Amino acid sequence: MSDNSDSVGGLTFDKSKRQWPNELNVFGALILIIIIFEVLGAIFVGQSLLFDTNDRFDSIFNEARLRIIIIQVAIIGIIAIGVTQVIITAGIDLSSGSVVGAAAMIAMSFAQVATVNGAPNPKAIFGEWALDLPVIVPVFVGLAVGFAAGLINGILVAYSRIPPFIATLGMMLFARGVAQWWSLGNPVSFPTESYAKIGAGMMPVIIFLSLAVLFHIIMNYTVYGKHTYAIGSNEQAARMSGINVPRHLVLVYVIAGMLAGLAAVILTSKNLTAQSGMGLTYELEAIAMAVIGGVSLFGGRGSIIGTVIGALIIGVITSGFTFLRLGAFYQEMVLGMIIVGAVALDQWQQQRAAARA
Amino acid sequence: MSDTILETKGLTKHYGGVHALEDADFVLKHGEHVAIMGDNGAGKSTFVRQITGVEQRTRGTVVFDGKEVNFGGPLDAREAGIETVFQTLALADDLNVPDNLFLGREKTKFDWLGPFRFLDYKAMRDDTLKGLVKTGVKIPNIKNTIANMSGGQRQCVAIARTATFASKLTIMDEPTAALGVQETAQVENIVRTLKDQGESLILVSHNMRQVFDLVDRIIVFRRGRIVANLNKEDTDGQDVVAYITGAKTGAEYEGAA
Repeated sequence: MSDNSDSVGGLTFDKSKRQWPNELNVFGALILIIIIFEVLGAIFVGQSLLFDTNDRFDSIFNEARLRIIIIQVAIIGIIAIGVTQVIITAGIDLSSGSVVGAAAMIAMSFAQVATVNGAPNPKAIFGEWALDLPVIVPVFVGLAVGFAAGLINGILVAYSRIPPFIATLGMMLFARGVAQWWSLGNPVSFPTESYAKIGAGMMPVIIFLSLAVLFHIIMNYTVYGKHTYAIGSNEQAARMSGINVPRHLVLVYVIAGMLAGLAAVILTSKNLTAQSGMGLTYELEAIAMAVIGGVSLFGGRGSIIGTVIGALIIGVITSGFTFLRLGAFYQEMVLGMIIVGAVALDQWQQQRAAARA
Repeated sequence: MSDTILETKGLTKHYGGVHALEDADFVLKHGEHVAIMGDNGAGKSTFVRQITGVEQRTRGTVVFDGKEVNFGGPLDAREAGIETVFQTLALADDLNVPDNLFLGREKTKFDWLGPFRFLDYKAMRDDTLKGLVKTGVKIPNIKNTIANMSGGQRQCVAIARTATFASKLTIMDEPTAALGVQETAQVENIVRTLKDQGESLILVSHNMRQVFDLVDRIIVFRRGRIVANLNKEDTDGQDVVAYITGAKTGAEYEGAA
């Protein structure tokens, strides 16, 4: 025991145990990955990944590429914000990709213009009134589909005590089935002009970043956030402390479902069409963003900021491989390794923390 | 108001055919510190579980703070003012000290936001520091998460929680069973601080030295029954052991066991 403390009973403050925010490590990883790509780019293709090396433009960064990097992760990033909260409660949501598919089909049906007379048409399902509706209607429908899926997930997990993996796996299959059944597998296209504006241009990025800021505040400064961390950290303690754990879990899954529903609206608006296969593997990419961003699958630890940086890491890697003119298969191999590496690192940190406690 | 904080009459708990607790009559006065001793399976923990509402008693009455009570669960007991430090600590490892102290009863702002109401971190931090001063608990950095603390510090946080909320009765179930010598000393210091402040306490312990150091009165359980009610001054370690092992039985309890 050192003697530089005024504590009694031999309890001293060991400065080496001071906490280092995990987000800084994740941010360091992002910088490291960028440097690797810059070096490889300079050697193999003679270009810079993020910086402007073209004399015709007067800017420091290659803005076009930065824009691509963030746009391609924005929509899945919105899902990842919800998935992060679910994982912090020590749960998992495998259904978000399929919920995107179902919400995309159903919402798009309420967004179609009347002048369209293609075969897959909500006219056949609802009649003429379902066409040319104000933009609020399809947005509301998309959110409602996400709400319903999240509510069922939450009730199954919280009240039926079905493991989250199984409950959301069931929802994953069910929602994908709904997406295919809705228009018998046919795509639904041609939304109204106002609907098409929701996901146009940089809108997905603006929505993603606004939601990230909103949920960062919610997770860190509100009772909802504190209880989410407490449940993931020690559910027994949360119960003993008087937190209504089942009700809170339902709320967390509902928020995750609604964010998936919102992602579906933005995605269909951006693509101007909805297909039953939309959102395939999005749940896995969203989980990957969270895990790379330092969210622990054991619950209790992680943050929205971490997940946003995790999303950027995936974006940089995806763009970087294209920039190096390497095939997409290399990209997937590297992403797979990074995800396993991130979880291994989390395990190692857990064990080290347990060993010194 | 009477000077009794807790009284049980004929408190009984049967688990099927097992008579874990039989007709326990127990009285605790305001500010009194009482130890419950006994061999494993003597009914100590069963007795505590009936008082704190963790289990529902088979029969008997519990009078707490002048009113007969029927706690549906540990939360009801806590609401009424009985704080329990359990053997297994009910702390969230990834939260810091104030977060744990106020878990489930946070101080908040903007309450109209419902579940998204804001936490009043400053008020909770101030109250935490007051609670730590009151109990004499020294924790170097209250912003540290529980995961980064030693077993002794964790136990101290759990005990500080009882003091922060001005409870009427504190129950500790073997609070030092898993602690080292120095950590045990700190927990015992806190118990003495609580005594000075007139806090009522029930201490379940196997540690004879600790019991004689800390409490006013010793209750001995044997095979589900109370067999002795001893003032600390009138007894010694060997005497208590005799009651625990069954070599002796208190005069007023003759015929019971």
